[in-house]
Amino acid sequence: MNPENLLFADTHEWAAVEDGVATIGISANAVEALTDLVYMELPSVGDLVDVGQAFGEVESVKATSEMYSPVAGEIVEVNSSIVDSLETLNTDPYEAGWIIKVKMNGDTGVDKLLSYTDYQKQCDEAS
Amino acid sequence: MVDFAGWEMPVQYSSIMDEHHQTRKAIGMFDVSHMGRIWFSGDREEIGQWLDGLTTRRVAGIAPGKIRYSLVCSQTGGILDDVLVYYLPDASGDQPFWMMVCNASNRAKIVAWLEQHIGGRAIKLDDRTESTAMIAVQGPAANQVVAKLSSVDPDTLGYYTGTSCQLLGDVILTRTGYTGEDGCEIMCDASIALEIWEKVYAAAQEIGGGASGLACRDTLRLEAGMPLYGHELGEDVNAAQTDLRFAMQLKDREFTGKAAIVAAMKDSSLPVRVGLQLEGRRAAREGCTVFVGEKNVGTVVSGTFAPTLQKSISMAYLLPEATELGTEVTVDIRGKSHPAVVVEVPFYKRPS
Repeated sequence: MNPENLLFADTHEWAAVEDGVATIGISANAVEALTDLVYMELPSVGDLVDVGQAFGEVESVKATSEMYSPVAGEIVEVNSSIVDSLETLNTDPYEAGWIIKVKMNGDTGVDKLLSYTDYQKQCDEAS
Repeated sequence: MVDFAGWEMPVQYSSIMDEHHQTRKAIGMFDVSHMGRIWFSGDREEIGQWLDGLTTRRVAGIAPGKIRYSLVCSQTGGILDDVLVYYLPDASGDQPFWMMVCNASNRAKIVAWLEQHIGGRAIKLDDRTESTAMIAVQGPAANQVVAKLSSVDPDTLGYYTGTSCQLLGDVILTRTGYTGEDGCEIMCDASIALEIWEKVYAAAQEIGGGASGLACRDTLRLEAGMPLYGHELGEDVNAAQTDLRFAMQLKDREFTGKAAIVAAMKDSSLPVRVGLQLEGRRAAREGCTVFVGEKNVGTVVSGTFAPTLQKSISMAYLLPEATELGTEVTVDIRGKSHPAVVVEVPFYKRPS
């Protein structure tokens, strides 16, 4: 997936919205900043998430970070195999590295998301 | 770079994992210049006696060349700092001198504490932390690389001994470290530190070594079961709770805090330091609560995913009833219960 076609939260999650379902992952910038990922705590299918609510945790040797849902709805799919192949997040964060899919109840939150260009600009300013 | 006790410190140069592994497999170089370095002058015997009265380990009368890991405690047995006390030959070889290395975060406190306890003695403190530097060269190949540049081969020094010697100028070379690996530490004047770093670094790089940051210093020391002030050690921790028995010599000597430490050793209600190994890869970090069944038995003080062991390890203070090796506990990590077991510390021992 070309990241330029994705939407980004300022908390470093990305979302691809299609037919009312958002596929969600974390950005290459986040993966790079965390370095040395060792663990991911994932939610279950059927869990409900709200905009900005933590749906899981990604843990590196250094620290633990929560992952926040950029949309509201019900989790309909979880990429559970990723826990055993966290390197996928380094090699292919925007395709094979997807984390959850959320069936959205409305578009709440989507208008707050950034384009790839704006997100990159924000990351560059922060560093 | 992050601020660490007022020092700008590299947390990591590249990857924590890589820097950790290079230290275990070849060489990791650490800039540890933030550590406090205090020299003592006066009558040598008197300095030894004086320091002996302030440290949990006997230092009076030790032979030149010796280094002692020790705790400095308050009257109540609380730990003010963990330090190294050095009695080392000077450059001439016949005028040994005393010095101490303390934690950066405790330096001001320790200098004040020492000054307060000089009393009428003609002893002077010289805090040279800012005019000197300290480089730790750690790993199985560390000593052979330093030997090429130094007038003294670190391998000829016994473990926890040191000497004055030449390495691009006057340095103090000691066979010490905080990684669980063999290796040495170099103290030198700040003016030659960069040149020493660059020369050792170039030699280290040739055999798979490199610079290692503060973050992997933490994962390395944790695997080696070494305490870190602010985590395993603090003023609210009595020295008796630390399980650092080698650093405490209680017989036939007096030192500040001894009575309180002896009393705490007999107090079976106090939590003591243990190692935990968790199932899975999730790390239990500082502050996580530990349970046996429903009962809260203590708190995690440090934890990480251990790069060498490929396991999640923690150190915790637990009630004595939960400290036997093999005790099954659960650790609450942000609301989720994770099984763990009490294991031996150190978690990692280097192959001998």
